Amino acid sequence: MDIRLPFREEDIKNLRAGDVLTLSGVLYTARDQAHARLVRSIEEGKELPIPLEGQTIYYTGPAPAKPGAVIGPAGPTTSYRMDPYTPILLKNGLKGMIGKGGRSREVQEAIKEYRAVYFAAVGGAAALIARSIKKAEVVAYPDLGPEAIRRLEVEKFPVIVINDIYGNDLYEEGQREYRKIDI
Amino acid sequence: MRKISSVEISEAIAGLVKEANYFLPEDVLKVIEKSAREEESAVGREILQQILLNNRIAGEERVAVCQDTGIVVVFAELGNEVFIEGDLYEAINAGVRKGYKEGYLRTSVVDHPLRRVNTGDNTPAVVHLKLVPGDKLRLIVAPKGAGSENMSIVKMLKPADGKEGIRKFVLQTVMEAGANPCPPIVVGIGLGGSFEKAALLAKEALLRPLDDSNPDPVIAEMEKSLLADINKLGIGPQGLGGSTTALAVKINTFPCHIASLPVAININCHVARHKEVII
Repeated sequence: MDIRLPFREEDIKNLRAGDVLTLSGVLYTARDQAHARLVRSIEEGKELPIPLEGQTIYYTGPAPAKPGAVIGPAGPTTSYRMDPYTPILLKNGLKGMIGKGGRSREVQEAIKEYRAVYFAAVGGAAALIARSIKKAEVVAYPDLGPEAIRRLEVEKFPVIVINDIYGNDLYEEGQREYRKIDI
Repeated sequence: MRKISSVEISEAIAGLVKEANYFLPEDVLKVIEKSAREEESAVGREILQQILLNNRIAGEERVAVCQDTGIVVVFAELGNEVFIEGDLYEAINAGVRKGYKEGYLRTSVVDHPLRRVNTGDNTPAVVHLKLVPGDKLRLIVAPKGAGSENMSIVKMLKPADGKEGIRKFVLQTVMEAGANPCPPIVVGIGLGGSFEKAALLAKEALLRPLDDSNPDPVIAEMEKSLLADINKLGIGPQGLGGSTTALAVKINTFPCHIASLPVAININCHVARHKEVII
């Protein structure tokens, strides 16, 4: 299954934790410091440098592109660091997030409330993932270097649904199935 | 006295940071290949195959295996018959600067833990210097990503906690880390010494080849049983569930105070980078 971005309500409704799919269209990269700035702008009532409505943020800070390449290796970074900023972005229209690792209870609740989806990409598979990125340009906070916000155009970007609008969590379910020890 | 120039050191470091970031070490690859055959979860097997494919692409294109090309940790073993022309630390940093620029590696270091302005060249490196007999300089470069480093921890246990207390602490730490450190992971454990020595032992344990075991039979047995227990936690590749959570457990020890049992756990992701050279 391939979903064309930005998300429509029916795409979100159909996704379930454990679904393996690809995404095509526009993603915005943002990580720690970009999140802090976006949230500060929202709190101060200022205009954001990127649209949020229906959009997807990819938690990554790519390596520099070699000459002739669109982008350098660009795998996901760990998502929990963005947890403190996430509910307010979801409240403002963000629909998709791509990263790796579990989210806080608050974020999982906000995903249900604001009808969004959290996906994982394979951490460490950065050179492979970069192949699905067809265009990349810095659109905000260039002073942040690798942490600047980039607008990416992707084709068949591979992801797995971790948290859906029904409150499912693939990490919890998947790990429980294979656990053979109590601690 | 044998002279070694700063330039020679910088060149060596620049080469090592590139090589370390472009290729997974052979010993790590071997264990991932074995796990890709034996992993119980179909999704887990697929992820391990993607990790192997990613490594082939990075090697062919000579790009970093992972975009997080780390903060550079250098272990320098300096022979006491060596005279270094210039400043060793500056020579190492010059090498990092050159290697990260030439190698298209990400600069991931900020100048201050609170101000957080990117230094733009991935310096400074964290350097651990050891004085040893001889006329050689051994440089081990281990770029360390933050996903796994952030899941690491030092705890001062009671001597009475013993083996069982250590086991519980390790399993809890790995369980809580879950998907965050990009499993399959390598677990480095420092036992003994003092608060800071334990942390250093844990980091040094990560430099050991994955297929060796501690020469102390008691510790070797602990490495084996901890690996088996960790792989029963069910975390699996990328935390999606499975039987491959860790590729290896390495424990390094040091004598300690009568009242102490320091335990440090340094987690590494499957991109367990390290490369060395002897000048």
